[in-house]
Amino acid sequence: MRTWTPTILYLALFMACGTVEDPDPINQEEVITTVRVTLTPSSGPQVILQSQDLDGVGPNPPVVSVSGNLVAGSSYAGTTEFLDESQNPAEDISSEVEEEGDEHQIFYQLGGNAQFSITYQDQDSEGNPIGLTFDLQTGTASEGTLLVTLRHQPDKSAPGVSQGDITNAGGETDVAQSFEIIIQ
Amino acid sequence: MLISIGFNGFAQKEACHYSLSGSVIDEHDQSNLAYATVYVQELNRGVVADSTGYYSLDGLCQETYTITVSHVSCEPVTLRLEIKGNTEKTLLLEHHIEALKALTIVGLELSEPSAIQEHMGLNTLERYGSASLGDALKEITGLSSLNTGKTLVKPMVQGLYGSRIVIVNQGVRLQDMEWGEEHAPNVDINSAGGVQLVKGAEALQYGGDAIGGTIVINATPFVPDTLYGKAALQASSNGRGGLVNADVFKSSASGWFTKIQGSLKRFGDFKAPDYYLSNSGIFEKGISLHTGRNQSNRGFDLYYSLYDAEIAILRASHIGNIDDLVTAINSQQPQIMSDFDYEIGLPKQEVTHHLARLNYFRSYESGNRWQVQYDFQFNRRLEFDVRVGDDRDKPVIDLELTTHTLSGDLDLNQKGQFPSKVGLLYRIQENFADPDTGIKRLVPNYIRYELGGFITTRHQLSPFWLLDAGIRYDFNRIEAKKWYETSRWIERGYDTDFGDFVSEVLENQILVNPQFDFHNVSVSVGGVHHWGDKGKIRFNYTLAQRAPNPSELFSDGLHQSASRIELGDLRIEQETSHKIGASIASGTNRWSWEIAPYLNHINGFILLEPEGVEQTIRGAFPVWEYQQTDARIWGVDVRAVVSWHDNWGSDHSYSYIHGQDIMGDRPLINMVPPKFRNRLTFTLPQWHQLQIRLESIYNFEQNRYPNNDFEVFLPITGELQEVDISTPPPGYHLLNLWVNTTFNFKRQNEMQVGLAIENLLNTSYRDYLNRQRFFTDEPGVNFQLSLKYSF
Repeated sequence: MRTWTPTILYLALFMACGTVEDPDPINQEEVITTVRVTLTPSSGPQVILQSQDLDGVGPNPPVVSVSGNLVAGSSYAGTTEFLDESQNPAEDISSEVEEEGDEHQIFYQLGGNAQFSITYQDQDSEGNPIGLTFDLQTGTASEGTLLVTLRHQPDKSAPGVSQGDITNAGGETDVAQSFEIIIQ
Repeated sequence: MLISIGFNGFAQKEACHYSLSGSVIDEHDQSNLAYATVYVQELNRGVVADSTGYYSLDGLCQETYTITVSHVSCEPVTLRLEIKGNTEKTLLLEHHIEALKALTIVGLELSEPSAIQEHMGLNTLERYGSASLGDALKEITGLSSLNTGKTLVKPMVQGLYGSRIVIVNQGVRLQDMEWGEEHAPNVDINSAGGVQLVKGAEALQYGGDAIGGTIVINATPFVPDTLYGKAALQASSNGRGGLVNADVFKSSASGWFTKIQGSLKRFGDFKAPDYYLSNSGIFEKGISLHTGRNQSNRGFDLYYSLYDAEIAILRASHIGNIDDLVTAINSQQPQIMSDFDYEIGLPKQEVTHHLARLNYFRSYESGNRWQVQYDFQFNRRLEFDVRVGDDRDKPVIDLELTTHTLSGDLDLNQKGQFPSKVGLLYRIQENFADPDTGIKRLVPNYIRYELGGFITTRHQLSPFWLLDAGIRYDFNRIEAKKWYETSRWIERGYDTDFGDFVSEVLENQILVNPQFDFHNVSVSVGGVHHWGDKGKIRFNYTLAQRAPNPSELFSDGLHQSASRIELGDLRIEQETSHKIGASIASGTNRWSWEIAPYLNHINGFILLEPEGVEQTIRGAFPVWEYQQTDARIWGVDVRAVVSWHDNWGSDHSYSYIHGQDIMGDRPLINMVPPKFRNRLTFTLPQWHQLQIRLESIYNFEQNRYPNNDFEVFLPITGELQEVDISTPPPGYHLLNLWVNTTFNFKRQNEMQVGLAIENLLNTSYRDYLNRQRFFTDEPGVNFQLSLKYSF
């Protein structure tokens, strides 16, 4: 057993001096923390729908806010932004969605009884909609929800998809947030 | 007087009922050498010849074996012998000492550990050359796998996988991030010389935490003064790819040897009966080099291997949120499909594993032996997801795991009443998670120390009773540094329990320095009893303790491929298993059978359980937390092999496993459904050793599963929807056909030509133990042509 003695000594020394270096904190990149839909009427106040989840997949749920009600029988110019507000300054992810427009599409779905319709106002390189800008036309006074979904790699040529129907879109969901809408 | 009681009617090939017999004689005067030892390296067993030098070994497969013949007064001789049927062979030894002392034979069976041992030879392994280790292991009754698609195959032993299984490759315990459910062992199956499933006292030398079992991958055994090698080609229709593999072994009479091996495997998208599995291919490369010098009383060797694989992950299995999962489950078709291509797109894994080993041994006439070994492993894992913008080509996971191990062991008292083995091990392991991914680290930076020691022994009580026992102690220390989201740290209650670990606080993040010590004790006792010609009973009790792995302690985030948030727990303790295994085997020359029941009771069994739903900007995700419970797993493996006629044989096996969460009073998840396998074989040795095998596998539906379904509010429909993630798919039946022939040329050169048809009926099915079962069917029919030239 004599051969073991130096080995054990060496190991004991080894054991005493190993340490883990302090890791750098990671600021998650390309995380969408915030989705913001801005609805601008031809006259009157803007309506802003926002959902913000600063801890990402952390335990806190997103904070959802709707700045006001929509006016019945009006037309709104809509824009949707995706932001990474965990960075300082905040990073604008919407420009990347626009650059890779043929691989992304934003879908707007109505829930409840809300009476309004949405028309896409932008196009990707193939002439299909992306959905970062759109028109929103309200109908009669009503209440319901607007679900905003960002899909990655949808099949834009599938039936109905370029008209905004998500049913056949496939792909992968990057954002799915629902907002309470009151039209009066 | 013939004193051979070797029996292995259940070795892992259709034709494992051949015998090898003959005489051991002196090369000079042709006299018979009484009580010479004939030992089969691959099987770890041998016999002692009788007083006339006659020996006989049973239960050999159609394989090439390495046989060592030794005698008290001679230099041992090792040779390779191909068994193609019942073989008679005269073994020659050079006899030095004049007078033969009268010998007392103590151990009839030289090594027969009490636990159930299974061995798979090179011929069987080679058939799976273009598949994986996990696929090959399923040849052994009771072994199965947890798959992610077709190419990521994690071996499962009696219902357990991952960190509960120890895989030893070329004498080195594999350290390749086995804690991940979609991490397959980083081993090139083509570098293996044989594979064994080891349980019981003998397994303690490899590690004490093998609650499931220990899989040992052996090198090709050493033979002096020889040159042999092979080149193999396999081509498959499904995936439109295959394998090229070659190796050469050269040794000199003075004991120097070198083996070089290299393989290249490439597959494109696999095809289910109705569609291609878009992005499911693989590109795998392996090289290995083994060199050293093996003398009769000492030797050293150096082994190096490199495994490198780029593995595509089914595109449709990468989903955004629960809505996508519901869509996938309801549609019964992949949500993203495209035509065949070879491209390995996103998502994918890139893994590289370097393994180097330096070993020195000395052995003595007494049979005693000692060895020291240093080994080094470096494992790099890159995982790529579908990302946008500048990060498109950046991995989401970038881990480097470096492991150094120094070990030594000593075989003592080999000719005494209690032949024993003692050993010591020291291991240091460092994990580094590269922050350049821009994604929170899945596993934190850590250093792990391990110090272990064991002693095993055996005792031949009588010619018919052999007992064995062993004990092992391991000390484990893990020191980690991890950033937590402050919100998660508080939500877990860590701020009150582990406040001491905090070393730095930022706005939203908190750096902690957890340090945990674990003391693991393992014990194994067992025995074997022989009766008659082929009767054998084995039994074994094993106590094993396993420290939690990094994933169980530290997981903290979204697991994209499972579409769930997974949370580890710093409070997790080690798990303790009590396992009782037995087997009874008997038979005649025409048929043999074995029944092997087992019971495994695990205190503190660590499992992932669903615990509610969390909302994120992507939608809702179920949260799964690592928790501990008490579990009981029992099962039985039954096998019978029948020789109906000279040419016709059959092989039948059935496995059943029953897993229960005792505290939660519900079934355990991911338990293998019952499996019934039947094979019919036809062999015609006269005609180029023709072998034809038709195999039928019936996998039953798993009726015992925990209900982990959950309800989630789907904004699209505005309704609560029940998400069925629990119900196992229906049972299925597969037919496989395999034909093999051998053409012999001069000087032992030969060419093997084989054809295999897998999933002969092109059946569409899904498997409960494939993590992609929500998204896609399994691959359909595959035609595989194999050519192998050996010299």
